[in-house]
Amino acid sequence: MAAERRIRVLLTKPGLDGHDRGVKVLTMGLRNEGMEVVYTGLRQSPEMIVQSAIQEDVDVVGLSCLSGAHKHIFPQVVELLRQRGVEDMLVVGGGIIPQEDVPFLKEKGISAIFGPGTPIKKIAEYIRKNVKRK
Amino acid sequence: MELVQKMLAGSDRCLARLITLVEREAPEVPQIMSLIYPRLGHAHFVGVTGPPGAGKSTLVDRLTAIMRARGFSVGILAADPTSPFTGGAVLGDRIRMQQHYLDKGVFIRSMATRGSRGGLPRAARGVIKLLDAFGKDFVLVETVGVGQTELDIVEAADTTVVILVPEAGDSIQTMKAGLLEIADIFVVNKADREGANYLVTELEQMLRMAPRESWWQVPVLATQAVNNIGIEEVYQQIERHKEALRATERLSLRRREQRKMEFIETIEQGIRARLLELASKDGQLAAFLEKVEQGQLDPYSASREILSNKALLHAWLSALEEEC
Repeated sequence: MAAERRIRVLLTKPGLDGHDRGVKVLTMGLRNEGMEVVYTGLRQSPEMIVQSAIQEDVDVVGLSCLSGAHKHIFPQVVELLRQRGVEDMLVVGGGIIPQEDVPFLKEKGISAIFGPGTPIKKIAEYIRKNVKRK
Repeated sequence: MELVQKMLAGSDRCLARLITLVEREAPEVPQIMSLIYPRLGHAHFVGVTGPPGAGKSTLVDRLTAIMRARGFSVGILAADPTSPFTGGAVLGDRIRMQQHYLDKGVFIRSMATRGSRGGLPRAARGVIKLLDAFGKDFVLVETVGVGQTELDIVEAADTTVVILVPEAGDSIQTMKAGLLEIADIFVVNKADREGANYLVTELEQMLRMAPRESWWQVPVLATQAVNNIGIEEVYQQIERHKEALRATERLSLRRREQRKMEFIETIEQGIRARLLELASKDGQLAAFLEKVEQGQLDPYSASREILSNKALLHAWLSALEEEC
């Protein structure tokens, strides 16, 4: 008899942000939505993020960036995942991301961007609907 | 099975996927366990347990650094509680071990307890076997922070480290059973706080009054894990305990006991699972269940009736055989 399936999420702060209040709120929020959430801590390089994602075998990688480095760093994470042969993790992002940057990020493989004020339920539902792995 | 082959060849991605399968109790698990069985036996399992906030993750992080400096590879299983209300979890141990994120010789996996009542998820034993088969020299298992009883870890670990903080209480507290009986090594962390020396003394006294083993004297160490003070001594004691286990052949005795428990528990789990499934399918059992739920029949009488009904039991055994 198989145990029930839980969605595992890696929440992480690529780059040099100093604040993680928002990502911590989301960590608790997704926990309350029944997901298992690993928060990596601040100042993560793409290599650290991918290594953690692989070891934890997560379904979702959530990238949070407040300092404007998202166009540079988010695609790096996606690319590195691809290089390591990971095709089935859902990558989403949040933080301070200008609307005009969203199409570029989606093109680069970040499936959705959830900015400040997004209801946590909305994020959770998106994840549940779009998780790629069974 | 390809995943297993690739894992044994060194793929950390395949190791991670196998851990996920074991965690989910997927149908492939018995096959996976049989395949890795011949590769077990190298790793030394160190359990780290203690109350919430005592410094378990930090200690694991610092110990890992020392082990790595000596050229050993390390696997870490860090457990955190599943919410009984939402089923979710915050897995917040990994964040204390950031210095090892990029070290290929360290594999860190966070696990939620997922309904297990103890300090470890049910799947923990399978997962630490995977880490052993993968080739790790040390497997550090960090439990959820619990209170006084912590038996799961003893079944999983060769060496059990119990970590306490100075606020842990007075001499009466140290005499109580449970957590304080299972330690092979005691660590009083945050030793810069008031009461640390007192606690160390109380623990030493308690141990002198009732030594558990004749072949191992449980040391009490003071540390400040966050400042990396006293960790080298903890590592030395782990090595000493490991050596003592081997020298007195206790290790093989412990492993025997662990295997026996695992055997019995696995069978128990299998029977329990089938029973619950049958409860929903079989008319006779459902009828009993209904009566018990309504309060018309007490569970003990119902159980006695069921277990003495040979025809019913036989029917179930056949159903069990079919399902297997």
